[in-house]
This record gives sequence, structure tokens and C-alpha cells, in this order.
Amino acid sequence: MLFTQREVKEIADANERAQATSTIARPPESQNRDERPVEKVRWLTLLAVPFAAVIALGLHAFAAGNEPPAEALLYTYFLSGLLVVALIAVVVQSVWAGLRKWMRDSYPLIAAAVFCLVGWELVTSVLHWLPLPYFPGPAGVLLSLVNDSAVLFDSTWHSLLLLLGGYTLGVAVGLVSGICIGWFPHARYWGMPILKIIGPIPATAWIPLAMVLSPSAMFSAIGLIALAVWFPVTMLTASGVSNTRASYLDVARTLGAGRAYLIFNVAIPAAMPSIFIGLFMGLGASFLTLVVAETVGVKSGLGWYVSWAQGWAEYGKVYAALLIMAAFFSTIMTALFKVRDHVLAWQKGVIKW
Amino acid sequence: MVATFVSGVAKEGSSVHVTNVTKDFAAKDRTNQRTLALDGVSLSVAAGEFVSIIGPSACGKSTLLRLIAGLDFPSSGELRVGSEVISGANAERGLVFQDPNLFPWLTVRRNIRSGLVALRVVREKNHEVDEFIRLVGLEGFADVYPHHLSGGMAQRVALARALITHPKVLLLDEPLGALDAFTRMQMQDEVLRLWQARLTTMLLVTHDIDEAIYMSDRILIMTPRPGRIDRVISLDMERPRDRSHPDFLRLRSEILQLLDFGRR
Ligand SMILES: Nc1ncnc2c1ncn2[C@@H]1O[C@H](COP(=O)(O)OP(=O)(O)OP(=O)(O)O)[C@@H](O)[C@H]1O
Ligand SMILES: [Mg+2]
Repeated sequence: MLFTQREVKEIADANERAQATSTIARPPESQNRDERPVEKVRWLTLLAVPFAAVIALGLHAFAAGNEPPAEALLYTYFLSGLLVVALIAVVVQSVWAGLRKWMRDSYPLIAAAVFCLVGWELVTSVLHWLPLPYFPGPAGVLLSLVNDSAVLFDSTWHSLLLLLGGYTLGVAVGLVSGICIGWFPHARYWGMPILKIIGPIPATAWIPLAMVLSPSAMFSAIGLIALAVWFPVTMLTASGVSNTRASYLDVARTLGAGRAYLIFNVAIPAAMPSIFIGLFMGLGASFLTLVVAETVGVKSGLGWYVSWAQGWAEYGKVYAALLIMAAFFSTIMTALFKVRDHVLAWQKGVIKW
Repeated sequence: MVATFVSGVAKEGSSVHVTNVTKDFAAKDRTNQRTLALDGVSLSVAAGEFVSIIGPSACGKSTLLRLIAGLDFPSSGELRVGSEVISGANAERGLVFQDPNLFPWLTVRRNIRSGLVALRVVREKNHEVDEFIRLVGLEGFADVYPHHLSGGMAQRVALARALITHPKVLLLDEPLGALDAFTRMQMQDEVLRLWQARLTTMLLVTHDIDEAIYMSDRILIMTPRPGRIDRVISLDMERPRDRSHPDFLRLRSEILQLLDFGRR
């Protein structure tokens, strides 16, 4: 015999240990590739933003004569501030790794944004290619933003309340109806036709009816946003729940699961990826409905502010509000992505994010 | 739960009786064609016995296990566990498939614990979770999500998950079929160890004749569809069995012949 019993066992054990630590089954800590130390950032990257700011300042100095003094001065402050902060960041990053990583990822993008400002000022204040008052330069928009900040803040706050109210209501109802339609055959039989007929109608098409039915514009707006959110959430929740892999349900049944466990601990977690697609689609629909509802019904919020400013031909304010809207909506979108990343952490490595 | 103690071993198993069971499936399209999957199957498994079922593909082995699990119902005939007629799935009969079917959204620990959650006994029995994690040798991986596991590790989690509710009968539908030969033999010993510790009644479907001979007290051989039990072979070799022992090899060629593979 080549090996004794004991030696064979030792070899087998060593094999098993090696297997357990091999590539297939790494412990989770080593999964995160972003954790590697941030090496030096290239000078080109580091100086991108200061360089862009200097160009912007140069062009602005040239264009300032064509602009009202208040605008020109504020924009000069803004660009100088940007330049100072960018230079400080370049110095600080040499001792702060977190900032270095952030700079490596975002400096090129920020520089590109500053160059967009340069291009904007060039075609408006310098070359006058675009007609006024419809296309003010960046300096004009910045002044409107600062001057009207109180009203803009208030409008954003109202929009947020309306959006959250409508979205929460739509998601809550959509989840319940989606789970029922996805799980119970009777609910599916009666619910599906309703969903198929009412769902595809854009929520904004109900505005005339909502105005007649509802006691206040606020209520009808919340209802419309909820309706817009309800359809995609219901649809994707139902399809996620009804497509739960039968073998997961079978396993759960042989573990002694009752109906509640099957629905809440198997079907819903299994449907989560699909549910999140519904939540994202619903969020997009809610932005659209919010702006339309504010424009025609509710006399507050960012949508209302835009059409009000347009009514006075104050296009600087229109663009200021659009900028705020962009920041506002993308912040909410990012927040939902964060929630998804947390809830669907188990998918990391299964699918590409 | 009836737990009798035989020389210090917890005997958790209970007997299974299948009497004259027929199962036919309606075709999915509108033709009136029906598939007769099982045709008058009768078998009895004693409490704590380890029985393997082998047979050609599509002869109804999985169908039979699903009926015993209570996931499906027979067209005629009767199935009993102990003296109770099977009327639906519950935690008394565990099932492990070829695909481990771990819940991907739960960590290893939570997967193993899911049976306790379903039965609402987590608070009383939570300490058993760690015991089972240790039993299947996955201490370092308790908080890992299933897709980080290798096939063998995942199947061990599936076994632990099926065993934590202390089923009286464990139904195994080709549980080791997807594993490589080495891991497979390791897992066979592991399953035997789990079985000997608990004397859960085991019903194993397999395509691997060696596996059936290595593990079981009895082997049932089924006919091609419609499935019927064709032969029963009782084994009384000592465990652990030697795969190269002459008795082992003789049985092997005997079974191969029964399955029509022996001829030239
Ligand atoms: N739900 C079902 N509906 C219709 N026919 C089915 C269903 N389940 C199984 N069958 C049929 O019953 C027969 C037996 O299937 P079963 O899965 O039990 O075979 P098996 O012995 O497990 O085969 P294998 O060894 O390949 O796993 C097959 O012909 C199959 O098509
Ligand atoms: Mg099968």
C-alpha cells in the first residue's frame, strides 16, 4: 500500500481545506474590488477643474461688458470660488485618500460641466447666437437662482411633499394589488382586465376628471401621481410574484411553510428585482405627472414656478427652476438606487449592476 | 413527534406506505393525451430504513417523491406516513433536489433557519442552527449568500435546511447528481453519517448504481414509463461498505443486467 489510512485522511482533509479557501468560495470581504488603495491621481486629472475654471474666468472677463453688472459680478464670484475650492482640493488630496478617490472618479466630469458653462456663455453673452430673452447666459440664470432662492426653496418643498405623498400612496396600493394579482387566481382573473384597460392611460389624461371630482387641487394631484405610480408597480409586482420559481415554493412547503410564509418570505423576496423595476418606472411616471399637475392645477411647486416665470418672460428663472428640478429628481432617483442596493445586496455578483 | 431511543440513537424516522398508486398527467395542450407516469406502484419503507430507487429516465421517480412529499396528489391509490394518510406537504417529509434550490436572498444561516421560521419555532430552536452549520462543516460560511458557495457546499446547506425541522422522512431526488465524483463520495459518507445519527427514514432517487449499493438497505428498481416497481434488492453488507469488495461488484453487474445494460 502506498499510503496508510491516516495519511489518506490527512490528504483528503488538506484537499478539502484547500477547496474551501479556493476561488469558488472566497469569504465575502474580498469581494469588493473598489476597496483597493487609491494610488496617485494623474496631474492631468487633478488640474482639469482648476484649468476649466481659469478658462471660464477668462471668457467671462471678456464677456462681462455685455452683461448687467450685478450678474457679471456674481458669476465672477462663483467662478473664483470654484477655482479656489478646486485648488484647495488639489492640495488636500495628497493627504486625504477619500478625497483622492472621489477626485479621480469625478474631476473629469466636473471639468466637462465647467466647459459646458464656457460654451453656454460663449454662444449667449459673447457671440449672441441665441435670441434674448429666451436664452439668457449662465450669469443671468445664476442671478435668478440666488435672487429667487426663497421662492425656489419653497416650491421645491411643496413639490417634494406632493411627490412623496403621491408616490407613497401609489407604491402602497400598487404593492398590495400586485401581490394579490400575482398570487391569488381570483384576484388575477378580475384584476388583470382592469389593469390592462386603465393602466396604459397616461395619468395626466385624467386631469379633467380629477378636477371635477376632487375637493382640492392638492388631492387630485396626489391621486394622479399615485395612479401613475400604481400601474407599473402593480404590473411588475404581479409578474414577479407569479413568476416565483416553483421549486422555491415546493422547498418551502416541505419545510412546513403556510400561505403567509410562502407569500411574504418566498414570493415577495423572489419578486424583489422585478418590484424594483416597477418602482423605478413608477418614479419616472411620478415626475412627469407631478410637473403637469403643478402646471395646470396646483398653484405651487416647481412645475408651477416654471410656467409662472415663463408667463412673466423671466427665462432666467425658468432655467434656474429647471436646474433645481434636475438636481431634485436625480437626488430622489439616487436615493432609490441606494435603497435597491441595500435590499438587493444578495444579487451582487449574480447580475451585473 | 414520536422519538424512540434505540441504543442511544434518536430514531426519528417513520414508515412510509404506498399502496397501488397511479398518477397520470393531463397534457398541457388541448389534446386528450394523458401521460401515465406511475401505474400501480406499491412499496413499504420501514421506519429508519434507507431505500434507494433506480430506474430509467422519465419512469416517474420524481413524481413518486413529489407524491410522498405531498406536493402533488395521486390519481388513485393511497399514500401513508406511519398510519396517517398524506394530505399535503408539511415539515414531516423533507425534500432535497438535484439543484440545491437555496433561497438566494438569504444567507447560509438564514437558509438553514428558514424551516424554523416557517414553523414559528425560531425562538425555541435557534441554537440548533449553529449545530447544523457545524454538522455540515460550513462554520466559516454562515453569513455568506448562496452564490458564493461551490456546488457541494450548497448541497450541504440544502441538506441541513431539510434536516433542521427533524423530518420523519427525507426524500432525496438525485441530490448528488450534479457533483463531481470526489465530492460526491464525500457527500455520500456525509449523508450516511447524518442518517445514522438520526435514523430518519431515507428515500433516495439516484442514477448511480454504485451510490445505491453503497448507501442503501434496499434498492427498488423501476420499469420504464409507466413506472412500476420491478425488483427489490435487499442488501445486508456491513457499513462502511467497500466499493471494490467482490459482493459489491457482483451486485453491481447484477443490477446492470436487470437494467438491460449488461448485454453486449
Ligand atoms: N407536472 C407534470 N405535467 C405533465 N407531465 C408530467 C409532469 N410531471 C411529470 N410528468 C411526466 O411524467 C413522467 C415521469 O416524470 P418524472 O419527472 O417523475 O421522471 P423521472 O423518473 O424523475 O425522470 P428523471 O430520471 O429523468 O428525473 C414524464 O414523462 C414526465 O413528462
Ligand atoms: Mg427526476
